[in-house]
Amino acid sequence: MQAETKDHAELAAIFNKDEARVDWHDETLWWVRQKRDKAVHVLPEWETLRETASQIKNNVLSNLSEYLQQFEANAQANGIIIHWAADAAAHNAIVLELLLAKGIRKLVKSKSMLTEECHLNEHLESNGIEVIDSDLGERIVQLAKEPPSHIVLPCIHKKKEEIGDLFHTHLGTPKGNADPQFLTETARQHLREIFLTRRAALTGVNFAVAQTGEFVVCTNEGNADMGAHLADIHIASMGIEKIIPERKHLGVFLRLLTRSATGQPITTYSSHFAKPRQGKEIHIIIVDNGRTIQLGREDFRNSLKCIRCGACMNTCPVYRRSGGHSYHTAIAGPIGSILAPNLDMEKYADLPFASTLCGSCTNVCPVKIDIHQQLYKWRQVIVKNGYAPAAKKAAMQLMSHTLSSPAAYHTAGKAGRWALKYIPFAVNNKFNTWYRQRDMPEPPKQSFGEWYHKNRKKK
Amino acid sequence: MTVGLFIPCYVDQFYPGAAIATLELLEKLGVNVVYPENQTCCGQPMANSGFEHLADGCNKLFLKNFAGFDYVVAPSGSCVLHIREHLHSDDKPNLATELSQKVYELSEFLTDVLKITSLPSKFPHKVGMHQSCHGQRGLHLSQMTELVAPDFSKPGRLLQMVEGIEIIPLSRKDECCGFGGTFCVTEEAVSVKMGKDRIEDHLQHDAEYITGVDMSCLMHMEGILKRQGSKVKVLHLAEILNGK
Ligand code: SF4
Repeated sequence: MQAETKDHAELAAIFNKDEARVDWHDETLWWVRQKRDKAVHVLPEWETLRETASQIKNNVLSNLSEYLQQFEANAQANGIIIHWAADAAAHNAIVLELLLAKGIRKLVKSKSMLTEECHLNEHLESNGIEVIDSDLGERIVQLAKEPPSHIVLPCIHKKKEEIGDLFHTHLGTPKGNADPQFLTETARQHLREIFLTRRAALTGVNFAVAQTGEFVVCTNEGNADMGAHLADIHIASMGIEKIIPERKHLGVFLRLLTRSATGQPITTYSSHFAKPRQGKEIHIIIVDNGRTIQLGREDFRNSLKCIRCGACMNTCPVYRRSGGHSYHTAIAGPIGSILAPNLDMEKYADLPFASTLCGSCTNVCPVKIDIHQQLYKWRQVIVKNGYAPAAKKAAMQLMSHTLSSPAAYHTAGKAGRWALKYIPFAVNNKFNTWYRQRDMPEPPKQSFGEWYHKNRKKK
Repeated sequence: MTVGLFIPCYVDQFYPGAAIATLELLEKLGVNVVYPENQTCCGQPMANSGFEHLADGCNKLFLKNFAGFDYVVAPSGSCVLHIREHLHSDDKPNLATELSQKVYELSEFLTDVLKITSLPSKFPHKVGMHQSCHGQRGLHLSQMTELVAPDFSKPGRLLQMVEGIEIIPLSRKDECCGFGGTFCVTEEAVSVKMGKDRIEDHLQHDAEYITGVDMSCLMHMEGILKRQGSKVKVLHLAEILNGK
């Protein structure tokens, strides 16, 4: 593990210093999870929908190149300009070039986790382009100079008072005013000004339809439309996995997406973009950035089915109590912990271990990704590739040795309840990690094995 | 029918009471139970930490100890799940697969194989039932709140057979307690917080005891309860079903 980046456990420990805040964070997300439960339990066909979505995505992943080419041809026929980007750098370069070619120095963005993954904002800003995130939550974290902590609820880690302070500093609202309605209205006025004055808009892509060459962007605030409709040039960034074969499949995904995300029956705006209006341009950048590598990892290819609903984060008991930033990657939570090691195994070696493998993520996932099973598999891959801490490795070897031999196990057990020392507390050789906040179990006079030997064997 | 009794290492070393209750309960129900004395561990502590390749010794031992039985029963959902999903053998792959399917967690053995409908036990207390994730989501011992499907609970059904027991409701029915094997030490902060929250739900609903099918989760919660000076105790499901 890298020395300079703190790992998930350390960052989570810092987050946990303020227990009241952890409670608030946990309860806020649990509330969303409960809304999701209510919304899905009224649909008797929910599990069938999930299965259908999962099968559609399996088809997509097995025929990805064909669907992408079909999409490209149909989109081009519609007058959309297609670009291909092998990685984040290529993607960022294309965006910059498109803007500079038109002499545009100001970009309004709607929410796109792909651009977070590519660190587009930093790249554009360092090249003199002003970037304004127009999703309210994104705008808030942008003002706070923080990355989003959640893929659907980017500023879920911020209390309304903190947002009030930020708005006071940056947008001139009265000090101490934390009324959500007032703040939202202020943000709306501020963004409206921006929408009216910029010439380029960038959006993400939720679904790209191969059959028709059109794409769908889902937002609750309508900000994608506000940006795209007024702009001379609309750039849409999409990961290669966003393809769905036919328009009719949209019905399945649109029903699943927002119920899973926030418990709404459907997103407020599901905007279809098919062709540019007269005198305007639409560009789509189709981005790989490690996805084909993941596609080639048999155990992990399923992760590319993700439709970024965030349900796995809301339900994850670890995410709720450690906060999105503790994952130190653009996409946090259970799914992020599968995607990140694909991009950089060493840097993100800690993430597959930031889970109890409780399996709740797998159960909520609308496209049936076997999330917790993949976390388990990543652990094996990471250890095999040599990214396990040395102390853990040594402890595991010792443990394996003792547990492989009944004689060694029994001797060690007698010598003061072996397990007290080694299971499972000794992995770091920090014997007190258990004890710091928990009492140790009281060692019994005899083990069950000893009891059995005395009371049953001799009978 | 002869059943091999599998007692996971930490239950053997720390909670012999749960193991004795399991043995006695099965015997009471007329099962011929044998405990192979050379058993140690299912190998899960290594495997879940990413060291599956170091669990070979445990796999070999497990096959050697348990291959001959009609069923293998263990009072631990987590260890049973590990065996079901990961027991393997390079020399005898078929034997390993076959054995892995014969391993049962205690409550599912009682409801699915023995199909018992009554128990001679009494426990006049308020009890909170902790749904351990590996048992619940892994072995499907109870319905999960995330899925749209009819409700059921195997351990719950068994507890209903106990005279005088009052099962308390929980606000979050199946939230993880934060034990998670080595997670409990490598992610101490989150693990403890999850444990505290899990206990709080039970305490707020006036539990006198917390029970479950996994002693490991109970051990973690017991550690926190004791540290808080609470009078609430943990008991393995077998101890309640066996009339304590
Ligand atoms: S992995 Fe599943 S639950 Fe998580 S964000 Fe993706 S689609 Fe949603």
